Amino acid sequence: MNVLNFVHAFFSDGAHWQGYDGIPQRLLEHVRYTLLALALAAAVGLPVGLLTGHTGRGGNALAFVANAARALPSFGLLVLAVLLIGFGLLPVMIPLVVLAVPPILVTTYEAVRSVDPSPVDAARGMGMHESRILLRVELPVALPLILSGLRSAAIQIVSTATIAAYVSLGGLGRYIVDGLYQRDYEKVVGGATLVAVLALLTLAVFWAAGRLAVSPGVRRR
Amino acid sequence: MIRIDSVTKRYPDGTVAVDRLSLDVPDRSITVLVGPSGCGKTTTLRMINRMVEPTEGAILLDGEDVRRRPVTALRRSMGYVIQNAGLFPHRTIVDNIATVPRMLGWGRRRARERAAELMERVGLDTALAERYPYQLSGGQQQRVGVARALAADPPVLLMDEPFSAVDPVVRKGLQDELLRIQDELGKTIVFVTHDIDEAVKLGTMVAVLREGGRLAQYAPPAELLSAPADAFVEDFLGADRGIRRLSFLPSAALELTTDAVVPADAPAERIAAADARHLLVTDPEGRPLGWAEPGELTAGDIRTDRLLPPGRPFVPGTDSLRVALDCAVLSPTGWAVAVDADGRVTGVVSQQAIGEAIRAAHAVGRTDRAGVAP
Ligand SMILES: Nc1ncnc2c1ncn2[C@@H]1O[C@H](COP(=O)(O)OP(=O)(O)O)[C@@H](O)[C@H]1O
Ligand SMILES: [Mg+2]
Repeated sequence: MNVLNFVHAFFSDGAHWQGYDGIPQRLLEHVRYTLLALALAAAVGLPVGLLTGHTGRGGNALAFVANAARALPSFGLLVLAVLLIGFGLLPVMIPLVVLAVPPILVTTYEAVRSVDPSPVDAARGMGMHESRILLRVELPVALPLILSGLRSAAIQIVSTATIAAYVSLGGLGRYIVDGLYQRDYEKVVGGATLVAVLALLTLAVFWAAGRLAVSPGVRRR
Repeated sequence: MIRIDSVTKRYPDGTVAVDRLSLDVPDRSITVLVGPSGCGKTTTLRMINRMVEPTEGAILLDGEDVRRRPVTALRRSMGYVIQNAGLFPHRTIVDNIATVPRMLGWGRRRARERAAELMERVGLDTALAERYPYQLSGGQQQRVGVARALAADPPVLLMDEPFSAVDPVVRKGLQDELLRIQDELGKTIVFVTHDIDEAVKLGTMVAVLREGGRLAQYAPPAELLSAPADAFVEDFLGADRGIRRLSFLPSAALELTTDAVVPADAPAERIAAADARHLLVTDPEGRPLGWAEPGELTAGDIRTDRLLPPGRPFVPGTDSLRVALDCAVLSPTGWAVAVDADGRVTGVVSQQAIGEAIRAAHAVGRTDRAGVAP
């Protein structure tokens, strides 16, 4: 039996589409974890990245923290968090946020840094407040790069959120963890396929967001 | 008036960009800061709107230290134009221009109307209003930059090498446009350039700066050309400053002769009476047709297609001695043709006569200076 057969068998089994362990339910859980983790990571990474990028200060410290965070293994962090806090959503969020903050933070910083200085200088020279320069000039111009940082963070969260299943939570990881345990490879492959599909969907969502949010003057189309 | 009062700027790394500079910038005129790269022009300009703070000295706007004004209010009262225009790439042309009015709380509609009005003022087709900056040429972008700076009608305009990045033909157009706008609006403009020709063309007053941010000379362009303060200024003005100075001398006083001007239908006696090596033949309205030697002309049968071209004419009183001399140099006969505003010949003048006029003008200049010498 090859992988395609597994995939076919998994998705054509009507039982996999219903109930608390059904595909819609697991997909929904996975999306929820992803959105929550992404929102938390963005709430940290975006403001810090925007501010450091705008002032140009703290770039080195930022790169250090980001690299350190990248070196932490997500699974180890999860185990540690569970040991410290116990089971629940919070210990799952910790590794996911730690995973997602660096790409958001570093890309946002770099994006703002790389904005052409002329319009910023012009804005300052015409008496625009610094906060407005950041939000109304630098942010819209840096947006394509910032979105690409959010996008890679989102993709990483989607694939890593499977670890939630190890601590008895839901999400697509359930199929993989349970499948491995039950030696039900159809389930494992089905779960992995769903994760891949969700990753592609994430790409599509970010592509659409870019079309909507980035000015045609910046997209140059 | 903007008074720069013995201002020094020392950057944290120790570079002295401006050294005890004092300048009075008169109202409603163009004051140009010119000098080689790195001589502190930009620093000086940016101290006026407090993008850079002076280390010593003060800048006074109508008698008040600019540091006593809130920085945003100060900057909003001064239009600011920079080299690459610095347009906001994510905003349309009309929204770029409307930026300051919007910041000042104008309604969207009114700000956009004002922006459209300014597009016309700076010579931009209003069809470009909804375009984005990347869709415009460099020259058009620079016009948008000027329009944006003028949008809230600030009394002061600070311009830092605004036309340096465009090609010479476009640059000339932009310079002419600026002079025209200035005629209409009468702003107090501080204009930075490294191009002495641009400085001489645009400036009511020109401040020549030298390396280290020191003032070499502050004078009207004509005086700069006729009496450079020292070898540095003379060198900076370039080799042909004598010719360029003629731009500031009027051609109105040239003595024109009409002896050599004959209408195409002139009788034989008129042609015979003309005492000149070349005759300028005009049409019945008095417009120049071309040159011929007296012997080549037969009364009643003047072949206008055989004439030498008349050459470009000048308008005494409007054109400078430089234009008159240029016309004479380019004329096939060495004589320049003077016309009135309607293009009718008022006389002709030889290179020699123009040379006399130049010498006379120089002599007047010398006595003038002798008169004011201490
Ligand atoms: N922010 C800065 N820090 C240190 N030195 C500077 C800074 N800005 C300009 N300078 C130096 O000050 C001098 C004058 O610069 P600037 O005013 O830009 O000259 P210009 O506009 O005439 O080319 C130069 O030597 C330049 O390198
Ligand atoms: Mg400069």
